[in-house]
Amino acid sequence: MAQHARAFSYSLGQLWRARAATLMTAAVIGIALALPTALYLVLEHAQQVSAGWKGGAQVTLLLKQEVSDEAARTLAIRLRAWPALTEVRAISRAEALEEFRRLSGFGAALDALDENPLPAVLVLQLTAGQEDAERLLAKVRALPEVELAEFDEQWLKRLHAIMAVIERAVQLLALLLAAAVLFIVGNTLRLAVQSRSDEIEVSKLIGASDAFIRRPFLYSGMWHGALGGVCAWVMVSLALWLLHGPVQRLAALYQSDFSLSGLGFTLTLWLVAAGAVLGLLGAWLSVGRHLANIEPA
Amino acid sequence: MILFNHVSKRHPGGFEALREVSFELARGEMAFLTGHSGAGKSTVLRLIALLERASFGQIVVNGQSLSGVTRRGLPKLRRSIGMVFQNHKLLHDRTVFDNVALPLVIAGLSRDDTARRVHAALDKVGLLSKERAYPVMLSGGEQQRVGIARAVVHKPPLLLADEPTGNLDPELSREVMALFQEFNQFGVSVLVATHDLELIRHLPHRTLTLKDGQLVADSATP
Ligand SMILES: Nc1ncnc2c1ncn2[C@@H]1O[C@H](COP(=O)(O)OP(=O)(O)O)[C@@H](O)[C@H]1O
Ligand SMILES: [Mg+2]
Repeated sequence: MAQHARAFSYSLGQLWRARAATLMTAAVIGIALALPTALYLVLEHAQQVSAGWKGGAQVTLLLKQEVSDEAARTLAIRLRAWPALTEVRAISRAEALEEFRRLSGFGAALDALDENPLPAVLVLQLTAGQEDAERLLAKVRALPEVELAEFDEQWLKRLHAIMAVIERAVQLLALLLAAAVLFIVGNTLRLAVQSRSDEIEVSKLIGASDAFIRRPFLYSGMWHGALGGVCAWVMVSLALWLLHGPVQRLAALYQSDFSLSGLGFTLTLWLVAAGAVLGLLGAWLSVGRHLANIEPA
Repeated sequence: MILFNHVSKRHPGGFEALREVSFELARGEMAFLTGHSGAGKSTVLRLIALLERASFGQIVVNGQSLSGVTRRGLPKLRRSIGMVFQNHKLLHDRTVFDNVALPLVIAGLSRDDTARRVHAALDKVGLLSKERAYPVMLSGGEQQRVGIARAVVHKPPLLLADEPTGNLDPELSREVMALFQEFNQFGVSVLVATHDLELIRHLPHRTLTLKDGQLVADSATP
């Protein structure tokens, strides 16, 4: 225990004596940690924004076969009066057939039919920021003229798919950069071990165990990593602060109350802890190997 | 304390640094190991501290057969041996106090006990006033005495010295030898490798003589 305390304070002292080099290393680790953190924050905010977008979606109403174009237009006029809807577009049966013919390439097949098989369609544009879109959907489904009502969610689904891809990419990047932190710390400590080879040699001569010699280096790795975490926090916070103004203005233009949230206590703790753990691991992977090379001669 | 039983050391190149060396150093005994340069004196000491391993034969140190000492067991063996080197092997970025304290720090002694024993060791070699100094600020003789203080501070039962007077003038050399004799009087077994025959001629201790890796004379068995 006393030996741990000694190695602990000794490693701190070493860092302080080489503070310029320590800061450099911590800054590089900081960049490696800040990148995935920043991307993670971007994703978080994107999810937050897109969650509020459902209200701005479209609903497509397929009317029953027996509903005439005339009746469809009347229904459209009735629906326009609803405050939850900004626009209602009626597509007559003939227009629907024309569009289908143009888009599907089944023109000849349709010509073989005596009767137009397509119903009239109404496209509803929901008011942006509409909270209870699901309730509205239930309400239009209950209308006697309506056969089928669905959110036109294609674009939202695409957006979510894209975000899932980006999320995976961020995870991969985080993994790569974690490996980079291991290498940075490992290399830093390789140099530290080399520069103190005299001390290590003498310690071995005098009967220091490998664990005893390794300990201050492990602490040093942990300190470097934790400091790197702090650096990452500073960088991300600075970026958030710089983005704050422009984002507010953008949000105001969209009449949104969206704003950037900071890193928060938990995330900060995670960042520093992740740095410390990676630093410790990097030290552990590197130091043992390089210590073995230094034998008293 | 030390037993060599038909010990040979062959280096990877095929060179035989030691050939069939056998001797025994009793507990509490002091002896000199002499011979020309390259005779194998350092090799004997390095084998005892397991800085190298013997190619053939058996070595027993402090009742323990060295062939049974694993890598994990090495630190414990070395802590039972105090070692003094010709080039001192001091750490130049640490004070005299911190250099001497190193074996005690490794052994995990408390701060108070460490300070007390470091002071006692420095007092014995006459350098108590230099505890805050750095090794470069000391003369060669003083540096060697710091090395000796470090070798005995944790009270090992065996003290090994490899050419401890190699860089010292005759006057300082005699002082260093007197120190070793003093430790020996306290019961420490001492083995000193030196090629300075002039220095040890008048000292009343056993002398082992090596020549080309072979033990050619032992003053205890004429
Ligand atoms: N690692 C090695 N490889 C080959 N030869 C060595 C090695 N170490 C020592 N020797 C040789 O072993 C002989 C004995 O060396 P050493 O014990 O240092 O002699 P001394 O200390 O008596 O001067 C020398 O001839 C030296 O060159
Ligand atoms: Mg030698």
